[in-house]
Amino acid sequence: MDLVLVNLIDGLVTGLLLFMLSAGLTLIFSMMGVLNFAHASFYMLGAYFAYQISLAFGFWMGLLIAPIMVGLLGAGVERYGLRRVHQYGHVPELIFTFGLALLIEEVVQFIWGKNQMAYDIPEVLQFTAFSIAGNSIPAYKIFMIFISIAIFIGLLYVLTRTRIGMIIQAALSYPRTVEALGHNVPLIFMGVFGVGTALAGVAGVIAGPVLGTFPGMAFVLGSIVFVTIVIGGLGSLWGALVASLLIGWLTTFSKAYNLRMEDFLTFIGFSRPDPIWDSAWRDLWTITSPQVADILPYILMILILIFRPYGLFGKRDV
Amino acid sequence: MRKSFKLGVSAALALAISAAAGLAENIKIAFIDPLSGPFASTGTNGLHQFEFAAETMVNANGGVLDGQMFEVVGFDNKISPKESLIQLQVAIDQGIRFIAQGNSSGVANALTEAIDKHNRRNPDDRVLFLNYAAVDPALTNDKCNFWHFRFDANADIKMDAITDSIAANEEIKKVYVIGQDYSFGKAVASAAVRFLGEKRPDIEIVGNELHPIGKVKDFTPYSRKIVASDADAIITGNWGADMLGLGKSIVENGYTGPIYTYYAAGSGITAAFGETGKGTIRLVGEGQVNPPASDSAADYYTAFKEKYPDGNVDQSRITNVIGMLAQAINEAGTADDVVAVAYALEGMEYESMWGGTVLMREKDHQAIQNVHIHEHTDEDIAFDYDNSGFGIKVVKTVEMAAAESETTCNMRRP
Repeated sequence: MDLVLVNLIDGLVTGLLLFMLSAGLTLIFSMMGVLNFAHASFYMLGAYFAYQISLAFGFWMGLLIAPIMVGLLGAGVERYGLRRVHQYGHVPELIFTFGLALLIEEVVQFIWGKNQMAYDIPEVLQFTAFSIAGNSIPAYKIFMIFISIAIFIGLLYVLTRTRIGMIIQAALSYPRTVEALGHNVPLIFMGVFGVGTALAGVAGVIAGPVLGTFPGMAFVLGSIVFVTIVIGGLGSLWGALVASLLIGWLTTFSKAYNLRMEDFLTFIGFSRPDPIWDSAWRDLWTITSPQVADILPYILMILILIFRPYGLFGKRDV
Repeated sequence: MRKSFKLGVSAALALAISAAAGLAENIKIAFIDPLSGPFASTGTNGLHQFEFAAETMVNANGGVLDGQMFEVVGFDNKISPKESLIQLQVAIDQGIRFIAQGNSSGVANALTEAIDKHNRRNPDDRVLFLNYAAVDPALTNDKCNFWHFRFDANADIKMDAITDSIAANEEIKKVYVIGQDYSFGKAVASAAVRFLGEKRPDIEIVGNELHPIGKVKDFTPYSRKIVASDADAIITGNWGADMLGLGKSIVENGYTGPIYTYYAAGSGITAAFGETGKGTIRLVGEGQVNPPASDSAADYYTAFKEKYPDGNVDQSRITNVIGMLAQAINEAGTADDVVAVAYALEGMEYESMWGGTVLMREKDHQAIQNVHIHEHTDEDIAFDYDNSGFGIKVVKTVEMAAAESETTCNMRRP
């Protein structure tokens, strides 16, 4: 029972981290109608920038400055890259972001090399916040939870309660009308893109020390972020949150408990072939849940696409 | 001391270059390993260590035979067995007789088979395979052949040393085995279970688990299970990002016992573990860096750091490869007849600068040498890794590990 609580906390951390990435991506999608393949690369840049800044000024300056740098870079990419490509349609935009992802990875390798970076948790947070039945919860995890919840509340407030937020929402759905009313829609788009990438940057800054800062970090997280926003519903902030938490808990629990396919198959009435190593179904019978934990979100995505193509909270078709 | 060594090296180098220009052709060694892609840092670092060993140990001392120099030529195999076979053919076509490779046993398996075939069909331009790091036990057992020489201790020998260390510690009652879900991870797990069962039947294996290789973002759930199982020791064959992620996560979530590993040093991993890994990470391997086994080892390391300030000598056996090859060529009196060189290598006893003797066992071409258990620490470290202040220090040595071990090798000799 205690372990359930610990796993709930772990899953929450994973989920909220995923949310920070998918929130930006889903906003950008509802704005441009195109998936930003380079989104996870901005997450990687956040980690690397923060590492570089932390060498000179410490972790907290990194947390402050790195996301701003990433956001400015993102805004620059929108202003001078995507906006030009936009007129040629969606496919060139997709290819542009895809190329950008490859480019960023190569540049990171060129500057920082291929090794792991020694980017570490700040010393003030290197203690155990509390333990549950011998399982210690590091203070840094609590810090991650608070940062992500603060960002979610802030984002929700800005989008639904302020004038800027309303203009953004209006611009996402009816850009021409908003433009006719005298608002600078391209500027709004650039701002949304910048904020979205800055969010990914924040995720990189706080995830870098725990998940490792290396050139493959964008690749590892890249695909799962898309899965999240498809499950949550493209363009929906609440959907991104719910899907992130769902995926966080799903993978955490299936890794933490050794559920065996064998038990499940016997339960529904199949009998175990004997000897198992000669059976054609050997691989199926010997699957355990930790082995497949990381592909469960993909299975969930396929089910969602079949039965509810617009996602849990989405309004339009994929 | 250091100055005179440097002077000697540079003087000899100058001599070597002028000598090489005037005298016979260089003896080329093809280095077939990844020089691009995700494993490029490992491959490039290995190439530097080969080049440096050839320069300082052979060329600076006047070369082999009557002044022939060693030349290491890099071939990029992108860690693919298919690409490796193409590069092997290119190397053979260039008249190269010595092939060095180490990263990935999958590549080594492909190469040893291809070389065996080539040597049977082309008795005029046979080649030797100097395997400096691929540790799949099969290479010196079922798949052994006369042309393959392994200079690293194989996975079973290393696991033997790890389990010796665990068995000697009476406080360890529960062991958790975790690894990557592919052939090497499985081999490590089965060897761990087998050796522990023989040496300490009272030890309980509280977990034996594989996780997807290179796909796990967060190792927290795995470490929770490990902590919950009350394990006193952990054994893993993980490498690269998987090693770092697993190790850091286990320590952060409250585990304090030892983690026995194969590959948890160099390539940035030592620096990234830093303080976290201290007192926990134990590595098995040959070659003693800290404390330096001899003055010549210390001088060698210092000279290497001067040439490659960001590099590590994390594969010290490479000097044994170069040293033993040079000695074998001198003994055989030829570098062209690789059969004679191979016979000279067989059974050779070589004094390694890293301490101890390396014996190339005749029956399976497996090098028998001292295997050490190292500890990741920042105390008494003469030569750190990744310029981090942290390095690995020998805490236990198994002399001539597994010298009497069985082999299923049934070698055909020409």
